[in-house]
Amino acid sequence: MSKALDVAMLIAVLIGLWQALNWYAGDVAISSPYDTTLHLIAQFERPRFWLHLAESIKAFGYALAIAWIGGIGLGVWLGAHRFAGEVAEPIVVALYSLPKVTLYPLVLLIFGLGISSKVAFGAIHGIAPVALFAMNSVRNIRPVYIKVGRTLRLTPLDAARRVLIPAALPEIATGLRLGFSLTLLGTLLGEMFASQRGLGFMIVNAIGLADTKTMMAVTLLLFIFAGTANAILLAGERALHRRV
Amino acid sequence: MTRAGAWRLGLLAGFALALELATRTGAISHTILIPPSAMLARLAGIVAEGQLVDDIAFTLLSVLTAFALAVSTGFLAGIGIHALPRLRRALDPFFATYYAVPFFVFYPVMIAIFGLSKLPVIAIAYLFAVVAMIVNTLNGLDRIPRVLAKVARVHRLSWADAAWNVKLPAAAPNLFTGIKLAIAYAFIGTIASEFIMATSGLGYSIAYAYNNFDNRTMYALMLFVVALVGAINLGLYEWEKRLMKRRTGR
Amino acid sequence: MSQIHARLAGVTRVFPGSAGHGDVHALGPVDLDLARGEFFSVVGPSGCGKSTLLEVLAGLQTPTQGAAAFEDKPIGAETPEGVGVVFQEDSSFPWLTVWDNVAFGLKRTALSGAEIETRVRDALAFMGLKDFHKAFPAQLSGGMRQRVCIARTLVLRPRLILLDEPFGALDQQTRLLMGDELLRLWRETGATVLLITHALDEAAMLSTRVGVMSSRPGRFIDLVETGWPRDRDSRIVADPAFGAVTARLWSNLRGESLKAMGHA
Repeated sequence: MSKALDVAMLIAVLIGLWQALNWYAGDVAISSPYDTTLHLIAQFERPRFWLHLAESIKAFGYALAIAWIGGIGLGVWLGAHRFAGEVAEPIVVALYSLPKVTLYPLVLLIFGLGISSKVAFGAIHGIAPVALFAMNSVRNIRPVYIKVGRTLRLTPLDAARRVLIPAALPEIATGLRLGFSLTLLGTLLGEMFASQRGLGFMIVNAIGLADTKTMMAVTLLLFIFAGTANAILLAGERALHRRV
Repeated sequence: MTRAGAWRLGLLAGFALALELATRTGAISHTILIPPSAMLARLAGIVAEGQLVDDIAFTLLSVLTAFALAVSTGFLAGIGIHALPRLRRALDPFFATYYAVPFFVFYPVMIAIFGLSKLPVIAIAYLFAVVAMIVNTLNGLDRIPRVLAKVARVHRLSWADAAWNVKLPAAAPNLFTGIKLAIAYAFIGTIASEFIMATSGLGYSIAYAYNNFDNRTMYALMLFVVALVGAINLGLYEWEKRLMKRRTGR
Repeated sequence: MSQIHARLAGVTRVFPGSAGHGDVHALGPVDLDLARGEFFSVVGPSGCGKSTLLEVLAGLQTPTQGAAAFEDKPIGAETPEGVGVVFQEDSSFPWLTVWDNVAFGLKRTALSGAEIETRVRDALAFMGLKDFHKAFPAQLSGGMRQRVCIARTLVLRPRLILLDEPFGALDQQTRLLMGDELLRLWRETGATVLLITHALDEAAMLSTRVGVMSSRPGRFIDLVETGWPRDRDSRIVADPAFGAVTARLWSNLRGESLKAMGHA
């Protein structure tokens, strides 16, 4: 209860800071919280906005599916094969920490100017953390669990379903949450460069037209979306961690 | 070198060789990718002719400034927040959400605040890197074993002595992670905001080359960034492994 | 110089309760006089406040009521000079070599480098760590790491040594041998020793006197003089008197332990 209050107070402080910044820098640089909120609500009455929104959701959805499924697959494989993991880990870490935006032209040249480039770029961003956490989760399964499975004479399928996956799940969930955030970031970056559609394009276009209000309104929407999704994923993750 | 290290090197070399062959034989068109050797040659040319040296220096200076600021202030902020558990509880969800938001969109805001200079890029890179340092400082402080704090008291250490010689080394593994991430994020923040918004720097030069169909320059600069960041990361990875070997015995 | 080396007088410790729970009365009132040079052990059911008692003497916790004194001076909120503490958990510093771990406290004294070196070398030899001075704790077994912690305390030549279940995490054979080393250390340094333990045989074998504590809030319900000779070692377990002492400890403790487990 008091935690909700603390978070609410913090949000109030952040909105206060935002307002203060608006007074300091002026409407041209940063629109006020009130104006931005009204402008965001007004967006939902414009059909063009819905087109951009749908495009972003579609691109993000595909990218997230690839990052999550591909990341878990890669991570579990690298975790189960110790040597392969040892060889690949620094490469995956390097991919994680690379300014991947420099590679975006390459992605564009391979996938062309369209939704597949954004999907690929989003997935590249998200797959590394998912794979790293999945790999560690498999490595960290306590050997005694595997022995318990064997002494209970479980079939390999049952051992995986009843013992190994539940043991590895909490850490995998952490990776999925980080992967979610980074996939969103990657998809939006993809839309911000050489694209004509999507929320990322809306932001860059608004910046180009010095339309601060639209830029801020779309950013606010992203904040709310990312924040809500993260809170939900975090709650699920904590529930899993408590169990183990 | 370890066996895994040798394999890794072989794998990367094989990959480069495969790209070389595929591009030389025309299996991959030159409009998509140029041979790695051509990238290297062009990069050598850029360096030798002194082209783009200003842009490269500009970018590296921005990264370094943002990194140094992020590590120092992030560390201090982490200590402060750790001392205020209520503030920390309220901040946790924000930290968790932080990296989902594309901070580059605030570039115009930064220009309005800082003016047209290096500062907007540095500010964005700083904002990007600082939270990783804060979060990992918090993690490090959480993981100082209570018994070690007691040992410090039993030895009647002064506050500064205990902080420097017990708490700091006990938190060091997490602080190291924070520093590693701060470098990575300072690079990402700098180059991405240059790429999308700015009018100078390495990121801008890559985007400029792409827009002008100058694939050779574009790939040369890409190679430069990938090799530089990759080398820094691998170096830190090996260094950390060596440090941790003593502490974990593995 | 008074014969009483350390004293607890009417010491209680109450932890303020958190939301929904009342205050927790952890300890006391406890009165205890430790004679100079004695080996005193405390046994008691889990959660009876044994560690709290030790931490009051170490200056790590201040009593809610009553007073603690060491060498006739009151113990405040910091560890008095001349008191050394060894904890149950591994408290060696993983980032320092064995040598640097042991020298940790000495480097904060006014002693010369040569004197520090002599003391560290002697302590390492005494604890059987001579060949491991360059090793890091992670490369040692749990028993060896605990020896490092004991050596780190020993080099400071404490006059009162407080040990909080130092062998709790070790196997039985290692415990017995570590007990022998502890006796040797006690004999050769002449220090007063207070040992917290949950092992009755350990208490019976090592101590001049054993205090048996009740379940929470812990108080002393029996004080047992063992009457062993000063040059005893772990072979004392074969003495029929050893069985009698252990039996007396257990008959006092059994009811309290059942209470602590929630029976009764």
